Amino acid sequence: MPDSPPIDPAAAHEIASHKHDRPLVCCAWDPLGKFVLFGSEESAVHRLGIDGMAAAAFTGAHDSWVRALGFSPDGRFCFSGGYDGRLCQWTLDGAPAPPLRVLQAHDGWLRALAVSPDGTKLATSGNDKLVKLWTITDGLVAETPMGGGTGHESHVYEVAWKPDGSALASCDLKGHVKEWSPAGALVRDVGKAEALWKYDEGFRADIGGARAIAFRADGGQLAVGGITAVTNAFAGVGHPGVSVLEWGDGKLATVLEPKEKQQGVCWGIAWHPQGIWVQVAGGGGGGWLRFFKAGEANEFHAVKLPANGRALALSPDKSKVAVALADGHLKIFSLVPKPV
Amino acid sequence: MPSNTNPACGSADHVLSRRALFGGMAAAAATGLVRQPVLAKSVQGSGKRVLQIFLHGGVSQLETWDPKPGTATGGPFRAIPTSVPGLHISELLPHTALQMHRLGLIRSMTNASDDHGRGQREIFSGRNQPAPLDVPDLGAVVAKACMPDDFPLPGHILIRGSGGGPGNASYLGPRYAGVIMEDAKPPAFTDRPEGLSPEADRRRSGLRSRFNDRFAARRRTADTEAYTFSYGQALDLLDQRKVFDVGLESERDQERYGKHEFGRHCLMARRLLEHGVSFVQVNHSNYDTHFENFDFHIEQLGEFDKPFATLVADLAARGLLEDTLVCVMSEFGRTPRINAGYGRDHWGKSWSVLLGGAGIQPGAVIGATSADGTEVTDRPVDHGHVFHTILQGVGVDSTADFHIGGSDFTIADPAKEPIREMLA
Repeated sequence: MPDSPPIDPAAAHEIASHKHDRPLVCCAWDPLGKFVLFGSEESAVHRLGIDGMAAAAFTGAHDSWVRALGFSPDGRFCFSGGYDGRLCQWTLDGAPAPPLRVLQAHDGWLRALAVSPDGTKLATSGNDKLVKLWTITDGLVAETPMGGGTGHESHVYEVAWKPDGSALASCDLKGHVKEWSPAGALVRDVGKAEALWKYDEGFRADIGGARAIAFRADGGQLAVGGITAVTNAFAGVGHPGVSVLEWGDGKLATVLEPKEKQQGVCWGIAWHPQGIWVQVAGGGGGGWLRFFKAGEANEFHAVKLPANGRALALSPDKSKVAVALADGHLKIFSLVPKPV
Repeated sequence: MPSNTNPACGSADHVLSRRALFGGMAAAAATGLVRQPVLAKSVQGSGKRVLQIFLHGGVSQLETWDPKPGTATGGPFRAIPTSVPGLHISELLPHTALQMHRLGLIRSMTNASDDHGRGQREIFSGRNQPAPLDVPDLGAVVAKACMPDDFPLPGHILIRGSGGGPGNASYLGPRYAGVIMEDAKPPAFTDRPEGLSPEADRRRSGLRSRFNDRFAARRRTADTEAYTFSYGQALDLLDQRKVFDVGLESERDQERYGKHEFGRHCLMARRLLEHGVSFVQVNHSNYDTHFENFDFHIEQLGEFDKPFATLVADLAARGLLEDTLVCVMSEFGRTPRINAGYGRDHWGKSWSVLLGGAGIQPGAVIGATSADGTEVTDRPVDHGHVFHTILQGVGVDSTADFHIGGSDFTIADPAKEPIREMLA
């Protein structure tokens, strides 16, 4: 992992913008910093090259939206997960080519995937309420999962590895957080992000789920983001909120919320080694990139986005953030002050 | 009565009108038109039934009956084949897909309405709104036309946990107004008060009748007739209370339909139809998905699909489908364009309705929409045409009139006609 230069979110400025013809859904930065991948409201995986690498679209493997993206730590391989329940493995740094693997990983949506820090395992989760663990041998993901299983009673929205690889966290529609071992065994119920779920009696439906997940670098805290304080589920009237839980005892440490109440959903959260939670949100209050100091409930800086933010990814050196927007733009912001 | 004071779209149309809730009794009393309407022989039905499933809030046609996978408007769901060769519907309806050979689709619904209140009035009444005259809902018309005169149960029943469907009988009179079963429980006030024996109740009722008759001999009004009918209906319901107990269905059937709300309601509907109730409406709520349309349709259609398919299959297996017209409808559809919150908004320009069973051509698909679903490209129809078609399907001449108090009232909108190619 490259060293991170000091950042100053107050000096954040846009350095690149790419317009796609469909709204974006997810994005991920390649570990070598050469390109950004994004998924949109269609079935291709798209590459936006950095520093001269050509843009490209990789098709033919998914037949629904690509919702989740991940990389092997060495950047050789990319993994995509779709609402068709498929897990695909690709090499994406060259010309468009068919995937190396296409697996029917979940029955229904595959919502999230995460590659272990040592690159030997891949976790996926989905609407079949399952968390699955797949081994990666010689770079290739296995055709059948080696572990995981039941434990959640609702759709599993997100998974994330503890930075030291010693555990996997999963979070579902109702905010239940569970811990899994690297062998794929359910270890414990960590706790519940209460604020992230509600059953709307008027519309008779559940609203919630961890739309975003990230560990603090030392693994001591887990942040799960979504929509909170919902007063009207079917109009998305609620606030973009992040519940930061103590990993050890599952207790709520902080709730990250906008300083001024705004309508929306937290769609992305990441930890910056400078002790900052970086959040992207979108909703009736517009799109926002917010920066929270660890332990503080409100942001110390916010950047207004031109459209609802739907995903974010920090660059390998943490000096930039890519943001996927609902208007089809992928924007890259530098968090390092412009040279004088 | 569940209230909907925080509608998804913030429009006042979400608030049910009190007049609509009181249905035929108030309207009839106000107009003095409670006398039993004379039904010409050409209008009298054949004892058939209608099952109306109302998906409250506006179900997305793209996530149900008219999917457009792979397009900018199609969303993430795929289309799956059905039991009708060449016909595909959304992957969210795998059980219903296996029943489509018994059912038909109208994919070319189009109207000017995209608000809930107006849309509901139009789909229930078959008339453009606002209408110059209060008219009865489909349920009341079907009950009047199809129910035998001596039928001991209400002919028009609404089963719901939430949602609209006021069951307005208007000038047809309170006998045909919708009786509501909240959460599939027996209608209100069908429990005899504790401590009141059946014998004592009969003596009380007899005394009340004698007082009524004496009063009516001097002053018979629309109000007194309405009240007399209500008491009579209440007594009939007491005697028939077991009909309304879905718990009497087998444990196996309760498992097959599912013990969640919509499953129980569908099983209750089967029970009522088996007992000959002319019009049964089941509400399923809610589909007004301005936000997270796809997640919410997974949840809501996940509840709808299996019980509905089970109900259709059971009606067929029991020989009831040929005499029961099934319809699944909403007040409008949803925008093909997906908004920034992954939602779809109100859309009356191009949407779908499902019909099947009695009088309906199995496997029929009427009309078509453009590749992205934004407009009807073939055979545009609306609520008026659907109203006619349903009535024709159960043997009612929808072009005839009710004769009431010396005046003629068209049963359906005379400016519209049945969708003949949908009729068997």
